[in-house]
Amino acid sequence: MRLRDIVEAVGASVLAGEDCLPEREITTVSACDLMSDVLAFAKPGILLVTGLVNSQVIRTAAIAHLSGVIFVRGKQPNTETVELAKKMKVPLLSSRMHMFELCSELSKIGLRGTRTE
Amino acid sequence: MNDNVVFSQKLDVEGGDFIRGGESSCRILEILKELAFPPAIVRRAGIAAYEAEMNIVMYADRGTMDLKVTPDRITIIIQDEGPGIEDIELAMQEGYSTATDKIREMGFGAGMGLPNIKKNSDEMEITSTVGRGTRISIVITTNGGDSRDADR
Ligand SMILES: Nc1ncnc2c1ncn2[C@@H]1O[C@H](COP(=O)(O)OP(=O)(O)OP(=O)(O)O)[C@@H](O)[C@H]1O
Ligand SMILES: [Mg+2]
Repeated sequence: MRLRDIVEAVGASVLAGEDCLPEREITTVSACDLMSDVLAFAKPGILLVTGLVNSQVIRTAAIAHLSGVIFVRGKQPNTETVELAKKMKVPLLSSRMHMFELCSELSKIGLRGTRTE
Repeated sequence: MNDNVVFSQKLDVEGGDFIRGGESSCRILEILKELAFPPAIVRRAGIAAYEAEMNIVMYADRGTMDLKVTPDRITIIIQDEGPGIEDIELAMQEGYSTATDKIREMGFGAGMGLPNIKKNSDEMEITSTVGRGTRISIVITTNGGDSRDADR
């Protein structure tokens, strides 16, 4: 599934990286507010669902080769953080849904959680 | 082993700067991408560097990251001036952390960083002097087209 499909399916707004949405392929989804865990367990291509909106989320996503980040509860990072995401080519989406609701919607459209062996 | 240095650069890290923290690792990421290393190698080096850089941001006063690329290996030496680590063996254990609430609010402090550096590097050496600082050296070998990903 592509990031573009997710924007349409869950009605998210796009904060950064509009132009890379059509080609960004999502492997699995991780819902996490702890970047330490993302860095330790994430695989390339993950969509990160988070409530954390600081610059470290952007750097974590870029460094761990995540496909994109979707913020819950309509959260939005500040302008500098959005600019950083654009510069680092990290697509940012924002949804009005809370964490559990958004995750279950993502599951309904066929996305699966990330697993570690 | 071929010791010819293809690229080298030294970058600074400021302790306590949570907003800019990670910039030097992102610079390293860009350099390695420009040098056309496979994505899996760039990712492992980036993750290891970033974990070490964020530890300086969280626990030390200031530090440097020294990147050296030779034809078969990427070496990053991360050195800081700070409190040092008293028990390295303990600090290397998954889950051991002395992170403050402020650090946790930023999304860090799971005690996963040092083990994750080890996981993503081919060689890791850590030495520390209490009251002075810590030095971590990370090597990622790139010869023989080894593009092994730590996740696989
Ligand atoms: N550069 C450093 N200077 C002083 N102490 C350090 C340094 N790096 C690590 N430590 C100590 O070692 C502990 C473990 O570090 P580690 O990176 O594994 O976990 P963490 O930073 O606490 O959490 P995480 O990396 O998961 O965000 C830290 O909590 C801290 O007490
Ligand atoms: Mg750490």
